[in-house]
Amino acid sequence: MSQAANKPQETALLPASLPSTSRMVRTGKLAQKFVMSPGAAIGLGVLVLIIFLAVFSPLISPQNPYDLSQLDILDGRLAPGSSSFDGVPYYLGTDAQGRDILSGILYGLRTSLIVGVLSAFAAATIGTSIGLIAAYVGGRVETLLMRLVDLQLSFPTILMALMMLAFLGKGLTNVVIALIIAEWATYARTVRSSALVEREKEYIEAAHCLRLPGYRILFRHLLPNCLAPVIVISTMQVARAIGLEATLSFLGLGASVTEPSLGMLISNGYQYLLSGLYWISFFPGIALLITIVAINLVGDRLRDILNPRSI
Amino acid sequence: MLASLLRRLIQAIMVILAMTIIVFVGVSVIGNPVDILINPDASQAEYARVVAHLGLDRPLWQQYLMFLQGIFHGDFGTSFVYNKPALSLIVERLPATLELAMTALLIAIVVGLPLGLYAGLHPERLSSRLIMSGSILGFSLPTFWVGLMFILLFSVQLGWLPSGGRGETASLFGTNWSFLTADGLHHLILPALNLALFKTSLVLRLTRAGVQEVLPQDYIKFARAKGLSENRVIYTHVLKNLMIPVVTITGLEFGSLIAFSVVTESIFAWPGMGKLIIDSINTLDRPVIVAYLMMMVMLFVALNFIIDICYTLLDPRVRLDTKGK
Repeated sequence: MSQAANKPQETALLPASLPSTSRMVRTGKLAQKFVMSPGAAIGLGVLVLIIFLAVFSPLISPQNPYDLSQLDILDGRLAPGSSSFDGVPYYLGTDAQGRDILSGILYGLRTSLIVGVLSAFAAATIGTSIGLIAAYVGGRVETLLMRLVDLQLSFPTILMALMMLAFLGKGLTNVVIALIIAEWATYARTVRSSALVEREKEYIEAAHCLRLPGYRILFRHLLPNCLAPVIVISTMQVARAIGLEATLSFLGLGASVTEPSLGMLISNGYQYLLSGLYWISFFPGIALLITIVAINLVGDRLRDILNPRSI
Repeated sequence: MLASLLRRLIQAIMVILAMTIIVFVGVSVIGNPVDILINPDASQAEYARVVAHLGLDRPLWQQYLMFLQGIFHGDFGTSFVYNKPALSLIVERLPATLELAMTALLIAIVVGLPLGLYAGLHPERLSSRLIMSGSILGFSLPTFWVGLMFILLFSVQLGWLPSGGRGETASLFGTNWSFLTADGLHHLILPALNLALFKTSLVLRLTRAGVQEVLPQDYIKFARAKGLSENRVIYTHVLKNLMIPVVTITGLEFGSLIAFSVVTESIFAWPGMGKLIIDSINTLDRPVIVAYLMMMVMLFVALNFIIDICYTLLDPRVRLDTKGK
């Protein structure tokens, strides 16, 4: 379906302008299809808004929740909608240290998104390379790599992540490493299976006839044509990574108080829950939920468009 | 059949061996056990004595063999925190986790299967679309947060259900179970629901996908052409054929339920293995961590093995050796 994605200079038989126009048309059609589902369109809109909020959180948020000079313990545990001692409103209330929950969420979104995108991107790069190499090289290398993938995939993500954290120790950086190690295998398996199909096609044969070097065939010809599933998985993976990071931080294995993530904020409110101070955990959780749902809506639609036969 | 079974068994043993190497390398090479075991104020001589006592002055391969020997004897060392053998600590808490995971699995199947069947049979109805949207929510909702909200709603606001613990237990086969007493059941509801949330969505979506795959098949058309009642077509022809993937995934997911119970147990103070491992990672209780990881590895390898066998029994078209094509 995507042979047209080849670079013009190597499909010299075709008019140079043809591949790029057809690609534009294709992208346009995809965009049209995408927007046809109202859920996906809303998801995309919300996602853009969330990214905007996360990027500009220092400018938007009413307070820097991790600058101690801006906190006042007298403002602690205020209910949503109440005002501080000197009249600043706290729309979503404050936690025990007098931090504004809204500001905490905006800063937390930042950490969560960075962790999600970073780990998904790194896992995609590693997994895709391994999958491509396995499919292209074949033989023993392939068997070995795929055994490794099987081994990895027979254990649930959270167990792999827990194992890595048990080895490496707590902390946000280690969570990112754990997420990468826990997730690369999904990419490797998917990319390998689509690369196996693509490898047999004529354009690869043509590239071989031109005696293009192996790395060039791998990354300029094979890779672009195996990218559709990678994009779908990556979208979902960002959501999964954000959720998993929040879970690990909630369990006390991830973010520290100085690097707030949404999971950390929710964890902060856990001990106050039984005394009815719901807002410390509730609102960060809603923010987390909206983020994950928005990403999943977009990913779900992408998957429907790119690969209709899946659950 | 027997030969491929044997090969599968050998593979399973290889996986376990590979994991012992990974765990050994992870625990002994990346981290330094002495730093945790020994008081920072200890003298050089004391330090050397502990190193020699633990065998850490020997070559790595000898240490690994010692480690392996310990595992085969069921000896993972003594917990630093509880001062009890690590393995018995884990085994003690196994029933609580199993009970929770089983209940969650039961909920996932009882709720997910009928809903998925309905959504698959009537994909155009509004209710089906609502069910499918709901299942996206089930995938997206962070389990731990839902757990907190359950506590907030049912324990704090409404006061219907307890927020943590196992409640009263009754003894059966020499271990204590919560589901045998009314109070225990009361305590079981919230954590089990919480743990089941994600899997219910999964079973639901799998069933729906299965129904949509089976419905256009010729044998369904033929069954209808024979004039069979719609109920018979659905319950005998559709349901039986979609059971294979559902059973496989459900089996596999049972393992992941046990792994994910880490989160639920921590929230609801359920005294199972999961809570123990989190506490152990936090206190760097290495023997317990190793024992837990190895237990989980064996559990998963065993589960995969059993599922493979069930697969061949359920569907004669599948042969073990065509797996992993």
